[in-house]
Amino acid sequence: MPAYLFRRILEAALILLGVSLVTYILLFLLPADPVRQIAGRSATAETVESIRRQLGLDLPFYEQYWRYLTSLLQGDLGRSYIQRSEVAELIAARLPASLLLMVAAICAELAMGLTMGIVSAVRRNSSTDQSLMVLSFVGVSAPQFVVGILLLYVFAYQLGWFPISGYGTFGHLVLPAMTLGFMGAGWYSRMMRSSMLNVLGQDFIRTARAKGLGKARILLRHTVPNALLPIIAMIGIDIGIFMSGIVVVESVFGWPGIGQLAWQAIQRVDIPIIMGVTLVAACAIVIGNLLADIVALFVDPRIKLK
Amino acid sequence: MTILGKLIRRKLSLFGLLVICGTVLAALLAPWITPYAPDYQPFEGLTIEGAPLPPNAQFWLGTDLLGRDLFSRLVYGAQTSLVIGVVANGVSVIIGSLVGIVAGFLRGAIGAILMRFTDLMMAFPALLLAIVLSAIFKPSLWIVALVIAMVNWVQVARIMYSETVSLSERDFVEAERSIGASRTRILLRHIAPHLLSSIIVFGTLGISTTVLLEATLSYLGVGVQPPTPSWGNIVFENQTWFATAPWLVFFPGMAILTLALAFNLVGDALREILDPTMKGRH
Repeated sequence: MPAYLFRRILEAALILLGVSLVTYILLFLLPADPVRQIAGRSATAETVESIRRQLGLDLPFYEQYWRYLTSLLQGDLGRSYIQRSEVAELIAARLPASLLLMVAAICAELAMGLTMGIVSAVRRNSSTDQSLMVLSFVGVSAPQFVVGILLLYVFAYQLGWFPISGYGTFGHLVLPAMTLGFMGAGWYSRMMRSSMLNVLGQDFIRTARAKGLGKARILLRHTVPNALLPIIAMIGIDIGIFMSGIVVVESVFGWPGIGQLAWQAIQRVDIPIIMGVTLVAACAIVIGNLLADIVALFVDPRIKLK
Repeated sequence: MTILGKLIRRKLSLFGLLVICGTVLAALLAPWITPYAPDYQPFEGLTIEGAPLPPNAQFWLGTDLLGRDLFSRLVYGAQTSLVIGVVANGVSVIIGSLVGIVAGFLRGAIGAILMRFTDLMMAFPALLLAIVLSAIFKPSLWIVALVIAMVNWVQVARIMYSETVSLSERDFVEAERSIGASRTRILLRHIAPHLLSSIIVFGTLGISTTVLLEATLSYLGVGVQPPTPSWGNIVFENQTWFATAPWLVFFPGMAILTLALAFNLVGDALREILDPTMKGRH
C-alpha cells in the first residue's frame, strides 16, 4: 500500500505540473497585453520595452515558463492588473469563506441525497420511489443560478426567513449551501438508492432477516452502513464539481469567497485573478480525487491496487 | 423503431421526447409563432414608470427591462440552446470517442499519452476553463459551442476508453484475433458496434450538461452575447429586478430546467433500454 500511495501522489504532482503548463500556455494565448495594461495608453515605446524586459516577457517561452513555475512554487500567483495587489493574498483572504460554504454544501447534499436514496430503496417501485427519482432528475437538471435566485425570492424576499445576501451568521449560510448542494443531492440520491438495493440483495441481509432481527435494526445497522461505503469516496470528487459551482452561487448570494473573486475578475477581464483561481481550483480537484482514492482504499480493502 | 416504441411507452421518457420535439418545433417555427421580433421594443412594453410588465393578454409571459416580449425572446432563445446543445455536444462526443477508442484500442505509448492528457484536462474545473477560453476567443454563438466542446469531451473519452479496453479483452475479440482477423476489421466490425449504444446514451445525456453549461456561461456574461437571446443571458440581463419582476427569472429558468430534464430523462431511459445487463434490475 505505501507503494500505491506513493505512486498516486507522484501522479497527482505530475498532473499539477501539467496544469501549470496548460494555464501558462493559455496566458500566452490571451490577446490582452499585460505590458500595455500596466504602462497605460500614453506610454512611449521605450517605457513599454523596459517594462517588458523587467517582467521578462522578452525571454523565450521555456524560460518564461520556468520563471513562472519557480515563482508558483514559492506561492506567487502574480499581481492583479486592476486591483494592484498580490493574487495569492486576495485568494488566501477569501479561501476560508469558500471552504465554509463547501463544507456546508456537502452536509446539505448528503442530508438531502442520502435520505431520498434510503427512502426510495426501502419503498422500492412505489409511487414514493418514483416521485423521489423524478425529483433527483430535477436536481441534476436545474441550473444553479436559477435555483439560487428562486430560493432567494421565496425564502428571503417573500417569507423573510433568511437574509438576502452577505456573510457572517448561520442564516446567511443556509440558502447558498442548499443551492450548491442541490445538484449533488440529485446524484447522491440515485447512487444511494442503487447502492442500498445492491446491499439489500446480499446474503447477509437475508441471514439477518432469518434471525428475526427487526426491520429498523436491519436497515440502520446492516444495510445503510454498507451502502454508504462506496459513496463516501465520492465526496472527494464533489470538490471539483463545487469549484465550478461556487463561481455561480457566490455571485448570486454575494458570498465573499474565491468564486465571487473570480466572477468580479471575469467582469473586469482581470486575467491573473481568473488564472489564480483556476490554478487553486485545479489543485483542489487533484487533491480531492487523491483523497477519494485513498478513502476508497480504506473503506474497502478489496479494491485491487493496480 | 422498437427503441422509439419503448421510449414512448415509458411515461417519463415520453414526457422528455414531447418536450424535446416541442422545443425543436418552436425553435424552427420561431418567426411564425412569436407575436414580436425578439429585439423589438414596443411602445406599450413598459409601464409609465419604465418598469417591465407582468404576464398579461398582450405579452403572454410579460416583458423584460427593455420592454421586449419575453415569450418571443424565449422562443428565439430555444434556437440558441438547441444549436449549442447539438453542435457543442456533437463535437465533444466525436473528439471524446476518437480519443477514448484510439487510446483503448492501441494502448501502449499512444494510449498512455492520450489518457494522461485526458486526466490533465479533467483536473480543470469545467466552468473556469470555459471562462478562460471564452476570454481568449471573443464569444460568439459558434465560439461558445466550441469552448463547451473543448471542456466536455474528457468525460466521453474516459468512458469510451474503459469500454474499449474491457471489450478488447473479451473472448469473442480474442477469438477473432486468433483466426487472423485484421485490427481494422476487429475495431470496425466487432468493437465499434458495441460502443454505439454508449455513444447514443452519453450523446443524449451530454446535451443536458451542454445546455446547462451554456446557460451558466451566458448568465455569467461570458457566453452568448446580447442582443442574441439565450435563456442564460435573459436571466443575466434581468436579474437585478428579480424581486419585483420574478417572471423574468422564473420563465427562462423553467425553460432551461425543462429542456435539460427532458434530455436527462430520455438519456436515462435509453441507457436502460440499450443495456441488456440492466434487464431485471430496478
